[in-house]
Amino acid sequence: MALLELTDLRKSFASPDGTILTVIDIPRFQLDARQQIALFGPSGTGKTTFLHLIAGILGADAGRITVAGKPMTGVSEAHRDRARAAHIGYIFQTFNLLQGFTARENVQLGMAFGGQTDHHRADELLRRVGLGHRLDYFPRQLSTGQQQRVAVARALANHPQLVLADEPTGNLDSATSREVLQLIREACRESNAALLLVSHDAAILGSFGETESLADLNQASRATASPAP
Amino acid sequence: MTLLLLVRRSLRQHALSAVVTALTVALAVGLLMSVWMVKRQAHDTFTGQAGGWDAVLGARGSKLQLVLNAIFHLEASPGNVAWDDYLTISSNRAVAAALPLAIGDNYRGFRLVGTLTNLPAVAEFGRNQHLDVENGGRWFEDGYREAVIGSFAARKLALHLGDEFHPYHGLNFDPKNEHQEKYVVVGIAKPSNTPMDRVIWIPLAGLQNMSGHDPSTVSDVSAVLIKLRSPIVGQQLDVLYNRQGNRLTFAWPIAREVAFLFDRFGWFDRVLSLIAWLVAVVASGSILASIYNSMSARRRELAILRALGARRQTVFSAIVTEAAAVAVLGLLPGYAFYFAIVGTAAAIIRAQTGVVLDAMAWDPVLVWAPLALVGLSALAGVIPAIKAYRVDVAGGLAPES
Ligand SMILES: Nc1ncnc2c1ncn2[C@@H]1O[C@H](COP(=O)(O)OP(=O)(O)OP(=O)(O)O)[C@@H](O)[C@H]1O
Ligand SMILES: [Mg+2]
Repeated sequence: MALLELTDLRKSFASPDGTILTVIDIPRFQLDARQQIALFGPSGTGKTTFLHLIAGILGADAGRITVAGKPMTGVSEAHRDRARAAHIGYIFQTFNLLQGFTARENVQLGMAFGGQTDHHRADELLRRVGLGHRLDYFPRQLSTGQQQRVAVARALANHPQLVLADEPTGNLDSATSREVLQLIREACRESNAALLLVSHDAAILGSFGETESLADLNQASRATASPAP
Repeated sequence: MTLLLLVRRSLRQHALSAVVTALTVALAVGLLMSVWMVKRQAHDTFTGQAGGWDAVLGARGSKLQLVLNAIFHLEASPGNVAWDDYLTISSNRAVAAALPLAIGDNYRGFRLVGTLTNLPAVAEFGRNQHLDVENGGRWFEDGYREAVIGSFAARKLALHLGDEFHPYHGLNFDPKNEHQEKYVVVGIAKPSNTPMDRVIWIPLAGLQNMSGHDPSTVSDVSAVLIKLRSPIVGQQLDVLYNRQGNRLTFAWPIAREVAFLFDRFGWFDRVLSLIAWLVAVVASGSILASIYNSMSARRRELAILRALGARRQTVFSAIVTEAAAVAVLGLLPGYAFYFAIVGTAAAIIRAQTGVVLDAMAWDPVLVWAPLALVGLSALAGVIPAIKAYRVDVAGGLAPES
C-alpha cells in the first residue's frame, strides 16, 4: 500500500458570481514512502488546493484520500487535524513562521500538536538546516532564506511520513532557492519522509528525478487554468 | 505546556494592553474585596463594641444618639440624667451594674469622660477583657485631679505619666476655652481597640465641678451605662422608661441600635459594591475588546497553528486561557490595592472612632472575588475565542492575508 493514495478526488468552490468552479478533479494519484515528487502547474490551477486537501485543511467534495493508511476524507475535522499533526509536515511559500516565537519555539510547535515536544530534536533539526547559531532568534531577525530553513526544520519536527511543500522557494532568489530545495530533499531523505512539492516554476524543479504536470493529473485544470505569469 | 507557551508569547506581543487591562482587573478585585471587607468588619466590630454593656439610660431623645455618645464617644449628649435617676436604676435588682458618665469637656479634641473608679472592673471588651493601665500607672482616685489616658489619645497627644494639662470646655477644641484646673496623668490605658482608646478618663466629680459648669446641674450625669442580669428585664425597663415615662430614654439593646445605623447606611455600601462590580465588568470588557481587536492580526498565526495540527478546541482554549491569564496577572496588584484601600479605611475609622478593623483578617471574599474576576475574564475571552475557533485555515494561509 502506498503512503499517499487518492482516488476520484473532487473539490469545487462557489465563485462570487454564484457559478460552481471545479478546481480539482483527480481520478488517481499515489506516492510511496520516501518517494519525492514535484508537481508543477501555472498559477491558479489548484496546486495549493490540492495540498490543502491532502493535509485535511480543506474537506474534499468527493473521493478518497488515505495517508499512512489513515483516511483523510469522510472523517471529522478533528480526525484530520490529528492525522495532520501526526503524519504530515507542511512547508508554505514563506512568511509562515509564527512571528512572536523564536526559531526554536517555531520548531517545537511543529511537534507540539502531534505528541511530545522534544527540545533536543528541535535544536538538532535547526543545526541540521544550518541554524545552530540562531536558535533563539525571532523570525524578523532572520533572513528570508533562514526563515525558510526554520520552516523546513519545523515541517520535519513531528517525524512526518509525508512532507508537503507549497512553493517553498517562491520568495527566494534562484541561488538560495536551489540551496533550500536541496536542503528540503536531503532532510526528507534523512528523515525517511516522502516529499510532495508543488510549484509554478518548472525550472526550479530540474533537480527532481520525478516531476509531473498537475494538468496531466487534474481533469479540471483545463477549464480553470489562467495564463501563467 | 504548549498552551502556556502560546499564551505567554501572545501576552508578550500585546504587553501594553495586557498590562493596562490587568491593572483594571486589579482595581476591580481590590475594590470588590475591600468594599466587602470594610462593610463586614465595620458591621461586626461596631455592633460588637458595646463594651459588655447592655443598655444606655439617657435624657429623652434618640436612642442612637445616646449609644453614639456613651459607647462610641461621638456626637453630643441629648441632655442630662439626674443623680436620683442614676441611683434608682443602679439599685434596681435586675441591674447587674450601672456606671454614670459625665461628658462635656475635651483636651485638644479628645473627650474627657468623668466616671467612677470602678470603670475598669465593670467595663469589658472582647471576651471578659477589662480595661487596664500600662506598667507604672494606676487608675485615678476620687477627689483628685487625676486622669487616665486612652492609648490612642495618649499617642496622639504625646501625653506621658506625670504630665499635666488643662482641659478645655466643650466637646470641640477651642484654645480660648481653657479651664484653669490642672490634671495630672496617673495612667495610660492599654489598647482595647475600642472607642475607649480615644477617651481621657477623670473622676466623675471632677468633670461635674469643672469651673464654669452650671452649678444647678452639678450632680447630673450625661448617661448611665447598664449591664442587666437577664435580657427579659431589658423589655420591662424599655416599657418603664420609654412607654410609661417621658423624661428619659432607655436604649436597649445597644447592638440593635448600631445595626439600625448600618441599615440606614446600607445604600452606601450597595452603591460601592455596584461601582466595584461595574469596574469588574469594564475590566473584563476591555479584555474582550483588546483580544478581539487583535484577532484579525492573528488570523494568519492561528491558521499556521491549525496547519501544524492544532485543533479548533486548542486555539479556542488558548484564547480563553489568555483572557483568564490577563486577570491572573491583575491579582497580585489587586491584593496590593486591597491592602492599601482597607489599610487607609481602617486608619480613618480608627482615628475617627477608635474602632480597629483588621486589614489582615481572613475572609472567603479574598478567594471568591479573585476567582470571580478570573472567571468573568475567561468568559469575556469566549467571544474572541469563538472567532479563533472559526478561523478559516486555508484562507488564513493565503500569502496576501
Ligand atoms: N475559497 C475559495 N473560494 C473560491 N475560489 C477559490 C477559493 N480558493 C481557491 N479558489 C480558486 O481555486 C483556484 C485554485 O486556487 P489555488 O490557490 O489552489 O491555485 P494555485 O495553483 O495554488 O495558484 P498559485 O500558483 O498562484 O498559488 C483559483 O482559481 C482560485 O480562484
Ligand atoms: Mg498556491
